[in-house]
Amino acid sequence: MSRVISVKSPSFQLIAFCLALSLAFPLRSQPAANVYAIKGAKVYTLAGPAIENGTVVIRDGKIAAVGANIDVPADAQVIEAAGLEVYPGMFDPITQIGLNEVGAVSATVDARELGAFNPELIAATAVNPATAHIPVTRASGITEVIAVPGIGGFDSEGGGVITGQASAFNLAGWTMEEMQINRQVAMVINWPSIETRSFDFSTFSIKEKPYTEAKKEYEKAVNVLSDWMVRARHYAQAKEKGSPDLFLRDLKLEALVPVVEGKLPVLVVADEARDIRNAVDFCAKQNLKMILASGSESWKVKDLLKEKKIPVILGPTERLPEKQDDPYDKPMTQPAELNAAGIPFAFASFGTSFSRRLSQYAGTAVGYGLPHDEALKAVMLNAAQIFGLADQIGTLEPGKLANIIVTTGDPLEIQTQVRYLFIKGQLTSTDNRHRDLYEQYRKRPAPTR
Amino acid sequence: MKRVILLMAIAFGLFAPVALRAQDSNAPKNNIILIKNATLLTVTHGNIEHGSILIRDGKIAEVGTDVKAPDGATVIDANGQYVTPGIIDCHSHIAIEGGVNEGSVSVSSMANIADVLDSDDLSIYDDLAGGVTVANVLHGSANAIGGQTVVIKLRWGKPASQLPFEGALPGIKFALGENPKRSNFSPPPGIEPRYPATRLGVEETIREAFIEARQYKKDWEDYKQKKAAGDQNLIPPRRDEKLEPLVEVLEGKRYVHSHCYRADEILMLIRVANEFGFKIRTFQHVLEGYKIADEIAASGAGGSTFSDWWAYKMEAFDAIPYNAALMTDRGVVVSINSDDAEEARHLNQEAAKSMKYGGLSANDALKLITLNPAIQLGIDNRVGSIDVGKDADLAIFNHDPLSVYAVVQKTLIDGRVYFDRQRDIDMRPALEKEKQDLLAKEKSAAEEKKKEDKSEGKSEGKSEKKPDAKKKKPPTSQSNVGGVAGGGL
Repeated sequence: MSRVISVKSPSFQLIAFCLALSLAFPLRSQPAANVYAIKGAKVYTLAGPAIENGTVVIRDGKIAAVGANIDVPADAQVIEAAGLEVYPGMFDPITQIGLNEVGAVSATVDARELGAFNPELIAATAVNPATAHIPVTRASGITEVIAVPGIGGFDSEGGGVITGQASAFNLAGWTMEEMQINRQVAMVINWPSIETRSFDFSTFSIKEKPYTEAKKEYEKAVNVLSDWMVRARHYAQAKEKGSPDLFLRDLKLEALVPVVEGKLPVLVVADEARDIRNAVDFCAKQNLKMILASGSESWKVKDLLKEKKIPVILGPTERLPEKQDDPYDKPMTQPAELNAAGIPFAFASFGTSFSRRLSQYAGTAVGYGLPHDEALKAVMLNAAQIFGLADQIGTLEPGKLANIIVTTGDPLEIQTQVRYLFIKGQLTSTDNRHRDLYEQYRKRPAPTR
Repeated sequence: MKRVILLMAIAFGLFAPVALRAQDSNAPKNNIILIKNATLLTVTHGNIEHGSILIRDGKIAEVGTDVKAPDGATVIDANGQYVTPGIIDCHSHIAIEGGVNEGSVSVSSMANIADVLDSDDLSIYDDLAGGVTVANVLHGSANAIGGQTVVIKLRWGKPASQLPFEGALPGIKFALGENPKRSNFSPPPGIEPRYPATRLGVEETIREAFIEARQYKKDWEDYKQKKAAGDQNLIPPRRDEKLEPLVEVLEGKRYVHSHCYRADEILMLIRVANEFGFKIRTFQHVLEGYKIADEIAASGAGGSTFSDWWAYKMEAFDAIPYNAALMTDRGVVVSINSDDAEEARHLNQEAAKSMKYGGLSANDALKLITLNPAIQLGIDNRVGSIDVGKDADLAIFNHDPLSVYAVVQKTLIDGRVYFDRQRDIDMRPALEKEKQDLLAKEKSAAEEKKKEDKSEGKSEGKSEKKPDAKKKKPPTSQSNVGGVAGGGL
């Protein structure tokens, strides 16, 4: 017989307790720790129409079955989820989670290395599995993220040109080895922009330089970037043809070899249309597989992005327009425009503490014309496809990793709560630092004295 | 700073904002407006389905389900839409010309934001488009005692002199913790670090200033008393612009809005204020307010906080999204603010988070951005709810404003439509055409100039600076995604 847990109860604790019981008394009739059945919910698989009164069976970390008429295995722990909704967990594909604890405290930040060209650095190396940000973020329904080195966000500055390799991982696990989905999902390039104005923090003022000077600096930067790619090709040839003993190993060039071979995509951060065009042109010439990141002015280069099949990881919809004479709502309407143009895109927070706003960014885009089902894909499925991880995550289909959220309703709506969270098929706590502090201080008695 | 300044417009001597954002040139021809068929979220007396609001001379004249349009009234049919009181942002740095921080001294009370209001700041329009009608425009947080502050209405298109909220008490910004002690800033080379560098020193700085202010107040009182008694040979005390606003604080004529994070520093300021007999009007940010909500409530101060910002600096590491709800539960008047021109565009979404985190009712969540900030700013007799007699400051949404899908359709201030989404959309082609025409004009002018220079250059040898069409391209902005709050959060 399977164990039934009521939705109305403080279920996680109960399940955990039952789990502990079942481990303590391993009787044959007890449910197995690694088998679950979510029953009676509306299931949004993102691989087909939503299933009313559906069941999802999870076994050994993976989805075993999904459908309306699925038998609940005898050894499953059953989650009665009538009235709830089931979705793939959300995926924030550009964050600094694990690399950035407290933005202003540099000792807690490993997001930015010195030097402009660091292709050999891998984010996963320094992702702290014990960061307070992981439980906070997953409580909002995000089950996996990509940590990206050297990208500026709300919490810290970006820096460098080739800033290292981004790593995809699940938001649960004791070590990065347990958590990681793919240590090396993309090489990160901050596209060198033609910057005539820059903000100087030492004087707190804007510095300007002539366009011609800025253009020269830009061209030099792109030449250096090209040079890295050329040298990486030569390095690959030398390595293939010559004996490894004949030359000194070069970690930077070695890291770039899969990039120039087109095996590892480049995640190129660019906002202005001019920069995007330049970056697309560069990647075409160098034969690189490009993913555009941020892309504030993607709407201006839709045809190019479509023609070259460049997917976009959009930054927050909740930002001001790139240019003063852009419509006030351009960042909010852009996703609908890209969708209509058939350009694949996903949303990302580009932050750490704001990762939990991912669904809000997508929901806002719906308010401004993006179809709701496309918005769901843009926070659950699209990034998995863009980064080549869709064989593992992104939809609720048998064989995929069981990264699943069970919600009280529309996951894009602000008031919706995540009731249950599965990561790699494990029922995972939504407790976090914020809820702990809340519970602690709401119980504070009236002040004495 | 986040966005580009379109040099082109300036080069043409254009009044930039006029060209760049729709302005309300076709204000209603009469002063009677009826908004009908809407769901009215009055905040003070429940929600009214299929309700109407009659506006007369900028004020709310009638509210209900059977309000008839008088002859000649302009009718706004808001069928299926939601009307809320205009959103009030209790912590803003919009509409300020230049920097928001007079950072050179630890007591900068002589600086006044009201002196540097910038009515051309596009953020006014951006925030209007988010339903914001009133903003508490604050000095930055670099000083233990910062500059004077002003409450404005977002009357886009009006001169700076018409922005201030008539009759609203002015304020002064205080700041505690990492910013006034300059934890996350280093002075430019050659400049000595500024005192204080600890929270201890911040307290001392504030206490010292109020000892001075108290003495200054006494000097003036003595002078006036003696003069009134008939003493003719008196020299008045020297006026001190640093101390005058602090005297106003002591006299209850100026509100203190204090930036703060940690519980200990909040309690410190309550003690210092008690010592000198003044009140803190609002604690701003107050991210650890939930730890000492009872003490804040007892002090009579309000709390104006963020929805869910945390961890961007050490003193924000214990910030929780339950803060607003928990402080509300303990009797503090709480508002959710933006501190940022972008965040202000979706304060309705931010308020909704207090329903998710801490279980506030929908009405209490809406209060966080309407009635409560009005109370905190002492303007709740004028704004903050949909009540007869109040200013017709209203926002019209196409959905429930606490939903992520709600989009502002119209924003009214004093009964005048200052933002109309449909009209903004309709005007875009004309604005785009105007821009392209200007660009073409500039290009041909530059080419003409080139030709002239060439012909002149032949006779004179060296030519003057060549106009470079490329130079006129808009410069790039800092592409920092996510945004950095203007006030130095």
